[in-house]
Amino acid sequence: MTDTLTPEREQYRPTRIRKVLAFLRNTWRGLTSMRTALVLLFLLALAALPGALLPQRDLNEPKVREYITQHGWWGQLLDRLQFFDVYASVWFSAIYLLLMVSLVGCLAPRSVDYIRSMRAKPVLTPRNLSRMPHHTRAELDADPDEVLAAATKRLRGWRKVEREEKNGARSISAERGYLRETGNLFFHFGMLGVIITFALGAMYSYEGQVIVFADGSDASEFCNSGIYAYDSFNPGLRVDGTQLTPFCFRVNDFKATYADSGQPIAYESNLEYQSGDDLADNTWRPYHLEVNEPLRTDGDRVYLLDHGFAPEFTVTFPDGSTRTHSIQWRPVDNTTGLSEGATKFETPGITDPVERRENQLAVTGLFAPTAMLQGKVLTSAGPQLTDPAVAVDVMRGDLGVDSGRGQSIFEIDQSMVDSGRLERVARENLEVGQQLRLDDGTTVRFDGVNQWVSLQVSHDPTQVWVLGFAVAMFAGLGGSLFIKRRRVWVRVTPAQGADDQRLTVVEVGGLARTDQAGYGEEFAKIADDLLSGDRKAR
Amino acid sequence: MPVNETLSQYSDWSYTTAVAVYVLAMVFFLVEQSFGRKGKQAAARTRSRELVGAGAPATTETTPPAGAPPARPERTRADRMGNMGVALTVLGALLHLLSLVLRGLATDRVPWGNMYEYIAIICFVTVVTWLVVLRKSPVRHLSAFVLLPVVMLMFIGGTWLYAIAAPLQPALQSYWLVIHVSAAAVGSGIFLIPGVASLLYLVKARNETNPAKFARFGPKLPGLEVLDRIAYRTTVFAFPVFTFGVLCGAVWAEAAWGRFWGWDPKETVAFIAWVIYAAYLHSRATAGWRGNRAAVINVIGFAATVFNLFFVNLVTVGLHSYA
Ligand code: HEM
Repeated sequence: MTDTLTPEREQYRPTRIRKVLAFLRNTWRGLTSMRTALVLLFLLALAALPGALLPQRDLNEPKVREYITQHGWWGQLLDRLQFFDVYASVWFSAIYLLLMVSLVGCLAPRSVDYIRSMRAKPVLTPRNLSRMPHHTRAELDADPDEVLAAATKRLRGWRKVEREEKNGARSISAERGYLRETGNLFFHFGMLGVIITFALGAMYSYEGQVIVFADGSDASEFCNSGIYAYDSFNPGLRVDGTQLTPFCFRVNDFKATYADSGQPIAYESNLEYQSGDDLADNTWRPYHLEVNEPLRTDGDRVYLLDHGFAPEFTVTFPDGSTRTHSIQWRPVDNTTGLSEGATKFETPGITDPVERRENQLAVTGLFAPTAMLQGKVLTSAGPQLTDPAVAVDVMRGDLGVDSGRGQSIFEIDQSMVDSGRLERVARENLEVGQQLRLDDGTTVRFDGVNQWVSLQVSHDPTQVWVLGFAVAMFAGLGGSLFIKRRRVWVRVTPAQGADDQRLTVVEVGGLARTDQAGYGEEFAKIADDLLSGDRKAR
Repeated sequence: MPVNETLSQYSDWSYTTAVAVYVLAMVFFLVEQSFGRKGKQAAARTRSRELVGAGAPATTETTPPAGAPPARPERTRADRMGNMGVALTVLGALLHLLSLVLRGLATDRVPWGNMYEYIAIICFVTVVTWLVVLRKSPVRHLSAFVLLPVVMLMFIGGTWLYAIAAPLQPALQSYWLVIHVSAAAVGSGIFLIPGVASLLYLVKARNETNPAKFARFGPKLPGLEVLDRIAYRTTVFAFPVFTFGVLCGAVWAEAAWGRFWGWDPKETVAFIAWVIYAAYLHSRATAGWRGNRAAVINVIGFAATVFNLFFVNLVTVGLHSYA
C-alpha cells in the first residue's frame, strides 16, 4: 500500500465511510492471513482440550452432575461457561466459524494465483546461472542445436520454453512439480469441505438409543416412527423428530460367546427389518447384526451397543390372579454380568386409588447369570447364562409412580422407603422355578430370564461428504509434502576454441523452489546427462 | 482360538531380553557420547557440509567441499563403542520383532490389541526409524537419547501395563484394527524421533547463543541444521501416516460406535496433535518461524503424542480405553 503516500491520494480526505471501509478491509486481511488461520486452528485445538479432560454432557450426563456437585462454585462456573458442552458452546462455535471464514478468504486468492501460475511460462533464465544453488558448466564439442535438442529430450515431462538471448546465446528454462500446488490446494479445500460438512452434520444428524428384548416377541420390535420410540435421543440442531426415516426391526435372538477366562469373544444378534417399499408390502429381511457390522438401511444405521438380562417374575395374588412381568435390569459388573433392577407390579382388582397405592409390589435386587453363593450373598462367577439366580427384596406399598416425579426403571423411589410408605416384606435367593411367599399369601416366582439388547440408530446425511473431502485432503497432502517444485535452466553459447574449433559452452543451473533437500542428486544426474556428450577435455 | 501359552511365554522373554539389550546399547552409546571425540568431530564435519548444501553460491553438491575430513576412518575406542552400540541396537530390534511376531502367533491375531502391545509396536517403530536415520546422518553418538524414552516406555509397558496374551474383545475384531492401529502406531513411533531431535535442537541453540549453557554437552551435539533436518524429514514422513491413521479411525468409529467423530478424549487429543504438527510444517515455510520456534512446536507435538499415549488411555474414560 505504498501508493497511499503519493500526493494525489493525499487530497482525499479520510471520511468516516472511508475509515470504516479501511477498517473492514484490514480486518478482512488480518482474518484471512495464513497466520490467523493457524492461530485459529490452534485455538480450536486448545478449546477442544477441556472436552477431553472434563466430563461432557452428551457423553456422560451423570458424571457431569457429579462433577458439578463435587466442585461447588467452580463446577457451576464451568457449567455456566459451557465447559461441559464444549463442542456445542458459543466459544467453540465462534472459533469454528471464524476458521471457516478465514480459510475461505485465504483460499480464494490462492486459487486465482494457482490458475495464473498454471498458465504461466517458466521464468526467464537468470543472467548469471552460477549464482544458482546448483550449477555446472562445460564446453562441448557440439552444435548448439544438437545440445538444445538433447536437452529438450532429456527434460521430457518438464514444462519448458526456449528463448533467444543476446550475444547469440539460447536457453531453455524448465520447471517441474506443479502438482505440488495442486495437491496443496486439494488439501486446503478438502479441509474447508470437511469443516463445512462436519458443521452441517451437527445440524441434520440424529442418534437414538433403544433397548429391546431379543426374543422375537412384541417387546423386541422397534419402529423409527418418532422420538417417543426411543429411550434416549440426541437430535441435531435442525432435527425436530417429525421426519425420521421410516423403518422397523425386530430382534429375534442374541448370543454372546466367551473364552474360558470369561472374556467376551463375540456378540451377535439376528434381526429382521423392513424399510422403504418393504413397509408397504410387509416384507421382512433378515440381518445378522454384530459389533462393527451395523445394519445399514435407507441412510440410517443400526448398531449393537450393549446387552443384558431381564429376569421374569410371576406374581400370584391371593385371589388367584397372576401377573407376569419382565423388564431389563442393568449390568453393574460387565465382566461377571451381575445386574440390578426393579420389576414393578400393580395388584389387580383394586379400584380405590388410595388402596391401590398401598398394595403395589416391586421385586428388586440382584441377578446373576452364573450364580455363586458366598454364604447367603449372591454374586456372579461369569457372564455366561449357565446358572441364573436372583437375590431379591420384595417391597410392598406405594411405589410413588403416581407422584408425578420421573422414576428410573432400574430403581425404586428411595424416598418412599425412607418415609415408610414402601416396606420390605421379603428377602430371598431364588433359582429358576423357585418362588417365595409373602405374609398375605401372595407368591413371587422367578420364571427365568430374557435377554435384551441396546441398539443405537444413527442418521447422518453428511458423512459421505465428510469422507470424500477427507480423502481429497489426504491425497492432496501427499502431493503437497512429497512433490518438489524445481527449476532447471540450460544456456548454450557458441564459442570459438583453439584451431578455430567450434565449441558450445553449456551452463546448467538449478533451483528448488521449496525445501532444497534432495534436489541436489536429481540435478546432478540431469547435469551429468546433458554435459556428458563429447566433453572437451581440458 | 485358544492362546498358545508357550509362544506367549517366549514372546515375553524375548521382550525382556530386547529391553535389556537396549539398555546395554544405551550404555555403549553413553560411553561414546561422553568420552569420544567423535561427537565433536561429527558436529564440525556436518556443519561444514551443511553450509555447502544449504546453497552457498557457485558450487554444486557434486564437488566435495573443501576441508572435508580425511576419508580414513580412525577407529578410536569410542568409535568402536558406538559401532557395538549400533550392533546391539540391531540385535535388540530383532529380539523386539521376534517378541511381536510370537505374540501374534500365540494369539492368532495382530499383536496390537492392548496397551502393552501397542507400546511395544510404537517403540519398535521408533528404533527402526532411528536405525534408518543413522544411515543418513552422522548422529550415532546421540542414540542414547532415543533409546532412553524407548526403554522407559517399554519398561512401563512391560510392568504396569502388561497384559497376558488373550483374544480380542468383540469391539476390536475388525480389519480396521489392523489398518488404523498400525498407522497410528507407526505415526506415533516415528514422531518420537523429531521430538527428541527438536529437544536436542533447543539445547544446542541455547548453547550456541550462550556457550555457558550446557557447556559440556552442547558442543558434542551435531549442528542445528542436522537436527532440524532430521526433525523435518521424519515429521514429513510421519504426518501423512498419522493423518491416514486418524482418517481410518474415523471410518472405523462410524462402523463401531455409530458416528465417525464424537470428540472422544482420544479423538480430541489426536486432533490436537495433528493440528500441532500441521502448524510445525507451516512454521518451516514461514519466515521467522524456522529454527527455534519450529523446534518448540515440534516438542509440543511430542508432548501431545505422549499425553495421548498415557494420560488418555489410562486416566480418562472414553470408548478407546483398551482394557
Ligand atoms: C488459511 C490460510 C492458509 C494458508 C494461506 C496456507 C498456506 C499454505 C501453504 C503456502 C502451504 C505450502 C507450504 C509449502 O509449500 O511448503 C501450506 C501447506 C500446508 N498447510 Fe496450509 N495454509 C493455510 C491454512 C492451513 C490450515 C488451517 C491447516 C490445518 C492443519 C493447514 C495445513 C497445511 C499442511 C498440513 C500443509 C503441508 C505442509 C507443507 O507443505 O509443508 N494449512 N499451507
